[in-house]
Amino acid sequence: MNELTVPISEEAIRALHVGDTVSLNGVIVTARDAAHKYMIENFIEGKPPESERELYERLKELLSGSAIYHCGPVVKQEDGKWSFVAAGPTTSMREEPYQAQVIGHFGLRAVIGKGGMGPKTLEACQKYGAVYLHTIGGAASLIAQSVKEVLAVYKMELGVPEAMWVIRVENFPAVVTMDSHGKSIHAEVAEHSGERLKELLGL
Amino acid sequence: MRDLTEAFVELIRRASTDLPADVEAALRKAHDSEEPGSAAERALATILENVELARSASTPICQDTGTPIFTVYHPPGTSTSELERQIRNALAIATRRTYLRPNAVDPLTGKNSGDNTGIAFPTIHFHEWEQDELRVSLQLKGGGSENVSIQYKLPYAPLKAGRDLEGVRRVVLDAVNKAQGLGCAPGVLGIAIGGDRGTSYMKAKEQLLRPLDDVNPIPELAALEARLLDEINRLGIGPMGFGGKTTVLAVKIGTAHRLPASYFVSIAYMCWADRRAHMRVRGEEITYE
Repeated sequence: MNELTVPISEEAIRALHVGDTVSLNGVIVTARDAAHKYMIENFIEGKPPESERELYERLKELLSGSAIYHCGPVVKQEDGKWSFVAAGPTTSMREEPYQAQVIGHFGLRAVIGKGGMGPKTLEACQKYGAVYLHTIGGAASLIAQSVKEVLAVYKMELGVPEAMWVIRVENFPAVVTMDSHGKSIHAEVAEHSGERLKELLGL
Repeated sequence: MRDLTEAFVELIRRASTDLPADVEAALRKAHDSEEPGSAAERALATILENVELARSASTPICQDTGTPIFTVYHPPGTSTSELERQIRNALAIATRRTYLRPNAVDPLTGKNSGDNTGIAFPTIHFHEWEQDELRVSLQLKGGGSENVSIQYKLPYAPLKAGRDLEGVRRVVLDAVNKAQGLGCAPGVLGIAIGGDRGTSYMKAKEQLLRPLDDVNPIPELAALEARLLDEINRLGIGPMGFGGKTTVLAVKIGTAHRLPASYFVSIAYMCWADRRAHMRVRGEEITYE
């Protein structure tokens, strides 16, 4: 088990290889479809509008050396305080068009989700020193136990699942399935299953 | 008419926080069949641990509480509009109690309705029957698995799939290979042969209500279900797409009459969190299973 603590160093990331299990600690941010589109349009390809300037600066601080978690949680609010009830990963592949730019722009060290990502993200992991961390899809009640505190929520107008939740995690369990050395378990499994399929179909 | 709103809330709670016994048993069997210490075995162990935790804490198994699909069988004389009103109200209550994530988004404005109701949301299928009881099934179908669901039109030349059961076999294998781990494998496949594009998918999702260990009464479909289960699991995609022996838990196939011109094969992929629950109302008595 490899301990990773935010801010994560490039050295710690380069030491990881596919198949390694990690335990993540520190402050990370959830972001999924709408948030990625928002970041690309407002911060990366466009100049941040005045109204978004403050959030942009905040996200730069939060995300540098940290991780984005592809997750749209079930949350509850008691006495004004938010907490996570269920918080498993969503399918990461939908962020493939955006992820590489977001990694590079904000200096992310990890992207957390499920199902793996494609060649653009893998290349960004190699170039910038980042990893893709796989958590167990559907294991939402269990994973929520690693989320100790909700520190803030941004872009709530996108709705609860799509909002950016700033959370502090402890012993958050994950497996490296794409590393910073160009290896992807997802690409390997897909290649293997593709060969089996051809055999079964006699193609 | 009697107010069943709270009974529907309880049906939703059960569907979201507890897994049907047959699904949990299939996951346990899958866990025991994977190589000890493998990523596949660890993934299934985590899944089983999560199922137990969700049940005891009464929290959602998965944060994607999905599209709620209600199938209602009602006696003659029941007001379906009143039942629909109660169901919609129950969804809003269940969302406030955090059994459900607010999951209904307006595609034009991007606005989340906040209470799991909206245009054509939830899905409700009403059927009148001659029995003196109300029977309601609820499926919660997550988006990850819905996104890898797929419809083929036969013949399909790239796979040399013709308009016969061999053609069906070929496209189903292709569909699972395309899905990889993205639909939260090990999944359950509901498949429909025939219908139009709409009824075909409906029929496919209806197959997901069948118990995992039932046997198709049509012998050639029973044989195809068994063969596909075996062949799909030889693809080696495994739990979460980590590689392994278990890619699907069950394959269920149904049919619908088609037009001479059309031959659709619809594959409704359901994630391992195959959430379905049933409720019966007979007189004053309400039971769940």
